[in-house]
Amino acid sequence: MKQFLAFVKKEFYHIFRDTRTMLILLGMPIVQIILFGFAITTEVKNTRIAVYDLSNDVVTQQIIQRLQANTYFTVVESVGSPERMDELMKAGKVSMVVVFDADFESNMLHTGEAAIQLIVDATDPNQATTITNYATSIITQSIQEMTTGYSASFTILPQTRMLYNPQMEGAYNFVPGVMGLILMLICAMMTSIAIVREKEKGSMEILLASPIKPIFIIIAKAVPYFTLSMVNLVTILLLSFFVLKVPIAGSLFLIITGSLLFILVALLLGLLISNLVQTQVAAMLISGMALMMPTMLLSGMMFPIESMPAVLQWFSSIIPARWYIEMIRKLMIQGVSGIYVVKEFTVLIVMILVLLTISLKTFKTRLSSN
Amino acid sequence: MEKSNSEPMVAVSVKNINKKYDKVVALDNITFEANQGEIFGIIGPDGAGKTTLFRILTTLLLADSGTATVDGYDVVKDYRKIRRIIGYMPGKFSLYQDLSVEENLAFFATIFNTTIQENYNLIKDIYQQIEPFKNRKAGKLSGGMKQKLALCCALIHKPTVLFLDEPTTGVDPVSRKEFWEMLKKLKEQNISILVSTPYMDEASLCDRIAFIQDGHFLKIDTPAGITSQFGEKLWAVEADDMYKLLLDLRSNPHVKSSFTFGENHHITVDNSLTMEDLKKYLSDKGNTTIQIKEIQPGIEDAFMQLTENKQHE
Repeated sequence: MKQFLAFVKKEFYHIFRDTRTMLILLGMPIVQIILFGFAITTEVKNTRIAVYDLSNDVVTQQIIQRLQANTYFTVVESVGSPERMDELMKAGKVSMVVVFDADFESNMLHTGEAAIQLIVDATDPNQATTITNYATSIITQSIQEMTTGYSASFTILPQTRMLYNPQMEGAYNFVPGVMGLILMLICAMMTSIAIVREKEKGSMEILLASPIKPIFIIIAKAVPYFTLSMVNLVTILLLSFFVLKVPIAGSLFLIITGSLLFILVALLLGLLISNLVQTQVAAMLISGMALMMPTMLLSGMMFPIESMPAVLQWFSSIIPARWYIEMIRKLMIQGVSGIYVVKEFTVLIVMILVLLTISLKTFKTRLSSN
Repeated sequence: MEKSNSEPMVAVSVKNINKKYDKVVALDNITFEANQGEIFGIIGPDGAGKTTLFRILTTLLLADSGTATVDGYDVVKDYRKIRRIIGYMPGKFSLYQDLSVEENLAFFATIFNTTIQENYNLIKDIYQQIEPFKNRKAGKLSGGMKQKLALCCALIHKPTVLFLDEPTTGVDPVSRKEFWEMLKKLKEQNISILVSTPYMDEASLCDRIAFIQDGHFLKIDTPAGITSQFGEKLWAVEADDMYKLLLDLRSNPHVKSSFTFGENHHITVDNSLTMEDLKKYLSDKGNTTIQIKEIQPGIEDAFMQLTENKQHE
């Protein structure tokens, strides 16, 4: 036990005395959360639009005012010709132009059929869809309000309600993703590099030729990273709650327990990598390519799993972060009770058992260069 | 096992050890015994198989065939017991650069289940030299001091057998000399030492040496025994243009071998050649200020002779 503690102490010295490692370990979660929360966002805010009003009556004025008043849009110009409209679009000065047909008000009142055209820059299709949706809902809403007094037409308007994330905040989606990414990075990548460093520097030879049990070496190496990932977990939760205003709707206990399971999976992955490679560069490449990339691209953090091809969907189910992110989304944002995350918990536990078996099987009590 | 004073106890025993990496033969049927309280040197060039042998004996590698024991324990079956009693200093061992001298030592003491205080008398002579720098990071020490610290770390648990794999490679001559004096003192404490080195001058400081090349042991004997078996006339030759001299020496049919040793060339000659004949031969070829003297063969001469003979086999 004394040996073990001395080892853990030594490991903390290594981490604390290396400013770069410290920066990565403690700075990265903060930077990522802030970046994903504020800068990299898919939300629509202050989109610049123009209007081309051929009718210029009370109703169209009112709709334009509605658009202007909203935080989503800023009306930058009222254009007078289709050419000017084209010009603004091409110059990228506006992302959408709202075109009102001539005689808008009278058409609406008499025939019930007035035409509005939304011309959208669809270079970024996601952005375009969001803009269109917002604009449509604002326009329909204002028309509906204006026509209530007349009650002439039977217009059926769909009422959409955004559950769990009524403002459609991007941070809600990213926080679980960032948690998955950071924990994977610290536990798997850092642990594997730390173990392989001992091999590369030759100190592993001495350690193996000493009475300390090899498995203790590995566990002792993992302890500091386990501790630091707990610190990071708390940092991320605090930041997202107080700075990004992401709610913690579900049980905090379940969130922490689930995170612990995921941390264990990541630590075991790191251990497995360190069993297989001999150099720090190889450890970094493998954890980068085989762990970080899939975690970012296939876990549902950036792209929805449902819209992936079947093969990738199948592949994504062996990525631990997929299950972790799903679980955290359910617990944090949806606030469901424990029985709805049984599947995710089970998958993570099975992964732990499988990885533990493989790691122990591949673990060597001698030098691996046979 | 009972200790008897009449017959030396065997510290390390190796029987018919073979080891291959893919197709390269690293160790080819190695057999030897090193006695307790003896400095046993394994001398050979880089890539001869020294490190592989050390790794097998320190239970870090498995041999393809053959058996070996350290202090009576089998390197395969009893590897846990061996790991408790040996001290090992690997060739590329660099300590923990970001830990201080004292932290390094304390760490190794703890993982070997001991404390610095407990065995301080064993490392005292060595540690005192680096103690003024005990708060300095190991990475900031000079090569010689690093080596001393590494030796302290390998000794801190009072091992019965010490394995030193090229401990003086990359260390300045003064520190190397000091290092060997320390080994002598350790020997007096009845610690058996297996040391490998590519430096021939260090070989004469061992009790017994084994020459290793390409995985073969060429010869095992005491340094004196090895040089006494040289059995040929050995001359040292000097001239102004040493390179031309070497070429001319090699062109003489009576000169059997010639190698450069520092400031002069060592040659073996057949008995028909006299120094005067050779001097005349060389000055005819245009060499100036020629000096020839007879010398006693050293370890390196013996090694050259052995490798030479092996190539002719």
